[in-house]
Amino acid sequence: MSESMTENVTIVENIHQSNDQIAERNHQQLQAAGVFSLNFMASPGAGKTSLIERTLHALKDSFNIAVVDGDVASSIDADRAAKAGATAVQINTGGSCHVDANMLHSALAELTLEDFDLLLVENVGNLICPASFKLGTDKNVLIASVPEGDDKPYKYPKMYQDVDALVINKIDLLPYIDFDMAYFQKGVEILSPDLLSFPISCKTEKGMDAWLAWLEEEITHRS
Amino acid sequence: MHELAITKQITEIAIRYGEQNDASKITDLYLIIGDLSSVIDDSVQFYWDIIAEDTICEGANLHFERIPAKLQCQKCGHEYTLKENEITYCPQCQSSDVRIIQGKEFQLQSINIEK
Repeated sequence: MSESMTENVTIVENIHQSNDQIAERNHQQLQAAGVFSLNFMASPGAGKTSLIERTLHALKDSFNIAVVDGDVASSIDADRAAKAGATAVQINTGGSCHVDANMLHSALAELTLEDFDLLLVENVGNLICPASFKLGTDKNVLIASVPEGDDKPYKYPKMYQDVDALVINKIDLLPYIDFDMAYFQKGVEILSPDLLSFPISCKTEKGMDAWLAWLEEEITHRS
Repeated sequence: MHELAITKQITEIAIRYGEQNDASKITDLYLIIGDLSSVIDDSVQFYWDIIAEDTICEGANLHFERIPAKLQCQKCGHEYTLKENEITYCPQCQSSDVRIIQGKEFQLQSINIEK
């Protein structure tokens, strides 16, 4: 009777490591070209494209801006970004629920990076998957909109960790809905202590000044 | 949904280590998954059977070790485990100044191979 030899091999490797390595390459590439970059993550309908449009409208005369739009299908968002004055690249993820580092890597190849000051990546609308896949951008920005409800940090804790800035959109709707800002912010505080947050309304432009001032400061002081 | 991409990553790492160690077959994979990592065992298992096919991982068993989410209060030092992953303030002093100290893990710990 033959006996097969089984051997245990210790690995202890972070499963996201292969993605993280490509993300690191993206980051180096963007830094070398002098591009400041943001990854916008949010649920569908939170206002990612609207915030990008507003941002483009305000900053397009001062900076050269590229937008990479990730969607499961269609080029609606890239078309909106192009119309608002950006050079836009569409990624169709082909059913995948998030943009990963490799998809961004391919999209970057379509841009002459040295021509740009700012890159905005619009992730697929989803509060679960994008949190696990780093892209290599300078900052990860989460957009929460108040109609989604004040319990989202408690329900999607992974998404509220490891982000650099939080935009709270649609605050013009606060008088009409039950949204407990203190409860929401306590959840945020537990998951991301001292997180920078920008309450805004893309519709009325309330709060946009603070968001744009922060962004301009970051672009100007990029390394 | 993202378990498909994740399962591919697991397979790549296992095959890389298997080949480095001259494995003819990988029989078991031991994974550590924190409860806050948004990974569902059943979904990984579902994709695993498809992705491992025709590789040295085909037929290998997946073993999941779940790590519960644990928080530590920065005010009173109390450590507590979350029930059903529901994020709560410190149950002892009600402070919201708490830090996650466990539960974000997501690692391939080891594999069993045959040569």
